Amino acid sequence: MSPEKLVHMANQIAAFFAGQHGDAAAATADHLAKFWEPRMRRDILAHEAAGGAGLSAVARDAVRRLHVAAA
Amino acid sequence: MTMVQEIDYGTPARTGRIVRLTIDGRTVEAPEGTSIMRAAMAGGTQIPKLCATDSVAAFGSCRLCLVEIDGRPGTPASCTTPVAEGMAVRTQTERLKTLRRGVMELYISDHPLDCLTCAANGDCELQDMAGAVGLREVRYGYAGENHLGEAKDLSNPYFAYDPAKCIVCSRCVRACEEVQGTFALTIAGRGFESRVSPGMGEAFMDSECVSCGACVQACPTATLIEKSVVEIGQPEHSVVTTCAYCGVGCAYKAEMRGDELVRMVPYKDGKANHGHSCVKGRFAWGYATHRERILKPMIRARITDPWQEVSWETAIAHAAAELRRIQATHGKGAVGGITSSRCTNEETFLVQKLVRAALGNNNVDTCARVCHSPTGYGLKTAFGTSAGTQDFDSVEQADVVIVIGANPTDGHPVFASRLKKRLREGAQLIVIDPRRIDLVRTPHVEAAYHLPLRPGTNVAVLDALAHVVVTEGLVDEAFVRERCDWDDFQEWAAFVAEARNSPEAVERVSGVPADLIRGAARLYATGGNGAIYYGLGVTEHSQGTTTVMAIANLAMATGNLGRPGVGVNPLRGQNNVQGACDMGSFPHELSGYRHVGDDATRSMFESLWGVAIDREPGLRIPNMLDAAVDGTFKGIYIQGEDILQSDPNTHHVAAGLAAMECVVVQDLFLNETASYAHVFLPGSTFLEKDGTFTNAERRIQRVRKVMEPRSGMADWEITVALAEALGFAMPYSHPSEVMDEIARLTPSFAGVSFQRIDALGSIQWPCNEKAPEGTPVMHGAGFVRGRGKFMLTEYVPTDERTGPRFPLLLTTGRILTQYNVGAQTRRTANVAWHEEDVLEIHPHDAEQRGVQDGDWVRLASRTGETCLRARVTDRVAPGVVYTTFHHPTTQANVVTTEYTDWATDCPEYKVTAVQVSPSNGPNEWQRTYDAFAHESRRVVRPAAAE
Repeated sequence: MSPEKLVHMANQIAAFFAGQHGDAAAATADHLAKFWEPRMRRDILAHEAAGGAGLSAVARDAVRRLHVAAA
Repeated sequence: MTMVQEIDYGTPARTGRIVRLTIDGRTVEAPEGTSIMRAAMAGGTQIPKLCATDSVAAFGSCRLCLVEIDGRPGTPASCTTPVAEGMAVRTQTERLKTLRRGVMELYISDHPLDCLTCAANGDCELQDMAGAVGLREVRYGYAGENHLGEAKDLSNPYFAYDPAKCIVCSRCVRACEEVQGTFALTIAGRGFESRVSPGMGEAFMDSECVSCGACVQACPTATLIEKSVVEIGQPEHSVVTTCAYCGVGCAYKAEMRGDELVRMVPYKDGKANHGHSCVKGRFAWGYATHRERILKPMIRARITDPWQEVSWETAIAHAAAELRRIQATHGKGAVGGITSSRCTNEETFLVQKLVRAALGNNNVDTCARVCHSPTGYGLKTAFGTSAGTQDFDSVEQADVVIVIGANPTDGHPVFASRLKKRLREGAQLIVIDPRRIDLVRTPHVEAAYHLPLRPGTNVAVLDALAHVVVTEGLVDEAFVRERCDWDDFQEWAAFVAEARNSPEAVERVSGVPADLIRGAARLYATGGNGAIYYGLGVTEHSQGTTTVMAIANLAMATGNLGRPGVGVNPLRGQNNVQGACDMGSFPHELSGYRHVGDDATRSMFESLWGVAIDREPGLRIPNMLDAAVDGTFKGIYIQGEDILQSDPNTHHVAAGLAAMECVVVQDLFLNETASYAHVFLPGSTFLEKDGTFTNAERRIQRVRKVMEPRSGMADWEITVALAEALGFAMPYSHPSEVMDEIARLTPSFAGVSFQRIDALGSIQWPCNEKAPEGTPVMHGAGFVRGRGKFMLTEYVPTDERTGPRFPLLLTTGRILTQYNVGAQTRRTANVAWHEEDVLEIHPHDAEQRGVQDGDWVRLASRTGETCLRARVTDRVAPGVVYTTFHHPTTQANVVTTEYTDWATDCPEYKVTAVQVSPSNGPNEWQRTYDAFAHESRRVVRPAAAE
């Protein structure tokens, strides 16, 4: 899927959890794991691995914590 | 079958101390304040009456219900005389008989004696009363001055007004005032000239009448009568069922003659509507037999081909084969399904079961994705349950009501009538909405505060309201300490108390004067029972979920939860949005809002279904479309949804659908989505099915079949057949068995069954061992999650910004007479009120652009553009424009963007930066689309058998 759209969505999620107390990256990663279908997670992981342009610091940290089940 | 008869007690029920009296020598008991008429009827004695009916307060004008009371002079009207301890009432004496006959003689002397050809013959209270009082002659004759020549008003498409038959009982006028709250009717003239009059003497259609039908319901004669009764005749049996329009969930009697529906009459025992109705549920059911209904299955190889009618077996087999072919070629996850909030719980449950069990993935979603998914996430986080907290009756005990991002008089009209009634009784109203919705100022109702915020600033305004509550010491600390997480509260209180969340700071971003925010906050926090009602103006934003959380915070901080009269109340858009969500339609949840990743939950389903369920969440609707454009999602089964018209960025939706190899649409009509379909499975209306709907107050109600499915298969049978063609057996013989399975698998539905609903009338979940008759008000003894959770709700402006090219903000919504994409209501006479979508624009913005009322304008955003007519009105603020999305010729969603709520992917329909400029008519895309849609609906029918 479009990296720009996924980045925008991940940053939105990260922005919300950054406003909460606690580990924002962990909460963001948990949200991505619970609500993003595996191919979306694979695509954002690939984007992060390719430099992660546009990802906020919290979103980037969250993506790195993702573990996607093998296809 | 017989007619469902409801007793008319003549006057409304009362509660209070029980008093004992005698009526015709028999002892009866009644609550203090009850009328003699009602007490008598409850005891089995029907006192003659004409101007009284139990939906409106007693009036005492017809003088037919006179009684004698021992020790009291005269013959008082039993409708206006309350019972009293020890009272002795006589309802039938020689004096009363003479008086009543005299009254009836006067009525009949000015009434057409056409009973045999009158449409109300057999259902006329005047006729009944003539019989009841023993009227045998009219001494005045019929040649005197009369009203028999007065012209009928046939302007309303659904009911006729014949003043010649009016007895001026004022029941219609009072129903319009007390039940509906529109005050459209009056008695014009004096004395003999008195007649019912809409507005200032204009025709019904030209008046402020909203065609709710309350006047028709109240009329004791044929003066106001449904045209369908005039055309067909009186019904001979009736069945109680549930309306298939909005989330209020009104109960109706479907009154039938054979298998022809004669009329829909609101059911007094309906717990959501208590006998009231709106123009859609009461009258707009003609789509069920519209000539454009598709009744035969159809297939085609390419979307440019004409449709070919085929047998059910061929269509189902083709759809299954295609979905399996796609999975074999592109992977298990290349297909999915969409359940419908217009369909029953049972049908919805089966579609998600088909996807999870037969297709083997979790790519199932529902149209709640694009409306109330933030409600589910937000309220589950705060309270532990993805649903509203109250029943509708709760509004009768509210003292202060906040309506935010909702327009109940248009979207939820029957609830709006109940709300207006409470407001007329003295409750205070706060409206938070960019538009001056009707509730802000309507007859005998005026909002104490209207906060006309800029679209997209809900969170800022709610935080500012909370700022006032916290900084001015208005927190209900006892409630918070007892019921909520105190540490979370303290963090939240410190957050909202920051100066950047003050009304003065928020005024700069929201445009709402700080003093209005302060006044509204003080009123909500200190005005008694505070209730919040909200709609899609809350959820359909990039911060939709945050807004729901902010609402929950405000209610918890002020202690407005856990009892009647308060609460957080999402007004659901479609009839079964709540149910579709409950049934596990979301790709990450099984029924009862349990995540697919939860092993214990999944194993329950796996044991019963005999298949493994994927533990990963599936694609949501917007993700499905993105994946389709990317080429990884190739097939979809869509039941009862029209995503092309309803979902944002029409061009993107079209691209997604066009990229798929097999689109299966199950619907009543060849809707806009069907233009991109390869298989069409003809669905059924709510009149043709058994099942249940769950309304906005979690009330599960029966939908009862009154006619056979016109296509030959009920919707649930189609899904079962498709599942079986996919190799997964779903051996049900009736929808009740599906509900039994839902109850087995879903703790909050454990006590629900068709039998139980039939016994109780309806059930509000949770219904289980702890609450065997359901739960009208939630969180009474504590929140479902344990302690209420305050979340920090930082305002984050949307990325959709105005600028020089797109300086206006578009927000979208619905209108009273139309419903969602209009597939149903556009195929009824409701188009008389709304034949096209128009753009509301403020006079200032219109003048700047040289636009006059009625002009064609071009509405353009960064996403797309369309053309429609302008309506110049100050209902919208300068800088804001508004339109509806009911007509495919306009396709308002060509303009809306793909920005979505951070948590749920719910689209941001309510904020689109646009420009408006003069236009000459529909644009090139509209003309091209219209031609494409027309071409796409070609049907080739098989040659007749030799």
